[in-house]
Amino acid sequence: MSASSGPARPGAGQTAGAEGMAAPPPPPRSGRLLAPRGALALGLALVALAFVAGGASGAYPIAPAQLLGALAHAVSGTPPDTPQQLVFLNIRLPRLLLAAAAGAGLALAGALMQGLFRNPLADPGLVGISSGAALAAGLTIVLGPAWFPALPHALGSWTLMLTAFAGGLAVTGFIYRFAQGPAGTHVALMLLAGVAVNALAGAGLGYLNFMATDEQLRNIQFWLLGSLGGARWSAVALVTAVVALCCAAALAWARPLNAIALGEAQAALLGVHVERTKRAAVLITALAVGAITATTGIIGFVGLVAPHWVRLLTGPDHRVVLPCSALLGAALVLAADAVARTVVQPAELPLGVLTAAIGGPMFLWMLRHFRGRV
Amino acid sequence: MHALPPSRRAVLAAALGCATPLALRAQPAPAASATSAAAGLPRLVTVSGAITEVVYALGAEAQLAGTDTTSLYPAAALKTPKVGYLRQLSAEGVLSLRPDAVIATTEAGPPVVLDQLRSAGVKVELVPSEYTWDDVRRKVQAVGHAARREDAARALQARLDAEWAQLGREVAQAAAGRAAPRVLFVLSHGPSAQVGGQGTAGDALIRFAGGVNALTGFTGYRPMTAEALASSAPDFILTTEQGIDALGGPQKFWQRPELALTPAYQRRALIALDALLLMGFGPRLPQAVRALHASLYP
Repeated sequence: MSASSGPARPGAGQTAGAEGMAAPPPPPRSGRLLAPRGALALGLALVALAFVAGGASGAYPIAPAQLLGALAHAVSGTPPDTPQQLVFLNIRLPRLLLAAAAGAGLALAGALMQGLFRNPLADPGLVGISSGAALAAGLTIVLGPAWFPALPHALGSWTLMLTAFAGGLAVTGFIYRFAQGPAGTHVALMLLAGVAVNALAGAGLGYLNFMATDEQLRNIQFWLLGSLGGARWSAVALVTAVVALCCAAALAWARPLNAIALGEAQAALLGVHVERTKRAAVLITALAVGAITATTGIIGFVGLVAPHWVRLLTGPDHRVVLPCSALLGAALVLAADAVARTVVQPAELPLGVLTAAIGGPMFLWMLRHFRGRV
Repeated sequence: MHALPPSRRAVLAAALGCATPLALRAQPAPAASATSAAAGLPRLVTVSGAITEVVYALGAEAQLAGTDTTSLYPAAALKTPKVGYLRQLSAEGVLSLRPDAVIATTEAGPPVVLDQLRSAGVKVELVPSEYTWDDVRRKVQAVGHAARREDAARALQARLDAEWAQLGREVAQAAAGRAAPRVLFVLSHGPSAQVGGQGTAGDALIRFAGGVNALTGFTGYRPMTAEALASSAPDFILTTEQGIDALGGPQKFWQRPELALTPAYQRRALIALDALLLMGFGPRLPQAVRALHASLYP
């Protein structure tokens, strides 16, 4: 989250026009490299490829025949009959689905935020969801045992997930309320309030780090680095459902977002409900990223990078950018997690390290080669 | 390689990065049974340096399928497959070693992964650590049971118990009629030193060896200001060899200005022990306490 803002700055400098924060007007249609249908097909192909590659790789050796057998068992509902099938169905498959859902949700939210703020630097962390979730997770880890000893009994292993989700929503809700003015939601104010609240949450986390025992400290650190290691079917089903709903809802707001790209006043003149669009975009982002972050911890950079790549290839139309970003995000996280699971096996790397390590150079390369068009 | 132009270097690095997971995957799967000596006996993954030490003390190392990154002793443990840091285990990674049982301290996690291991039919044994002698007994019992080496475990337990009782008598004898030395436990040496309060491995070890912790009033590890460190007036400073090495030797350590005000400074009373020996609470606990005791009561 914090690592994402640095490398993106040159892009922002490029776009500085009459209005410091606005993205450039949409490039002419000739600037796009892929037709919408081609882009969608390419995105689907990438996701399929990453899913198959991720499914076939892992620390536990599973022969292709066993993979197919496991899938047959899953479809027919019968219990798996070899340990390989058990590992695939109970450990690898839920993880693949969580990777796809997390990548899709984060990239979708990134595209929404960049569209809403008309700012290429925007990422889902900007409106406080990640930092709120991180702060709530830190509070639960450090103060939970002393202050709310009954909480784990009531919520069991869901405790951390639910408190993180609630924390993310609460902080986003606060930032949204804070930015309300006589003329509706003040987007620039929301952005700046987000920066301030992120800093505050960072201070809170720093204090919690100071208070934490050695064990709690490591728990917080690993939470902040993100991991799909906690993928269980119940959580995966929940996150996948939330992300799918959010994707469907986001598509309905693609046209209003296209209008807002021209400026809020112009959008209002075109008959777009600017306020409603803003509220919907923030709500969709909060729900999707809140659910994902609560389950996986913070997975950086995907939400920032994926929409940029898509816009570069397809142009700025949100009807294409939103679904394609989701697809590219899913493929990126699937690929990153496949690497995280296999490079240091039988251990695994924290996923956040990989998404930033892969995403950062990709982003720099993109900025360099498409200087004029980012 | 550094002579190559940057672009080619980038391509090579990328190729290497892509090839690494493939190369790792191409490794043959671990054999179903480690060696003939361990044939038929349960395969173990140990997730704690002290528990790994117990496995070696019982002579059950042929049953060891993997260990965690804190398992650094004996040196042979470094060559076992590593399942990562004890709080961040990977279910598939551990299962790929085909263990029958995973023995860990209660610090191991994440919990979801432990559940996944259990649901895959692996016995997961968690040993609580409270920094008492019972820790060692529990670890020996857990390994003996999981490795099906109960007899060896009982023999080791009896030997360790006798050694511990003897050591307790020696410490009590040496400490009788004398003021117990004040010991400050420094875990790490950042800009402000991380020091150990109550409920830490260092605190327990200091007590066992006949000293008192120079710090009271808080539990766990805390960064400490220079002034508080000076006012704790330790007679000895206990730390890890690894920490002293990272600083560049004892001379560098004593250069910290706040230390000049402590009684320990006059005699340069610094005790550095191996981190795993000091904090492991494994079968070498008597050895650790004996070493510390010998330094406190020369």
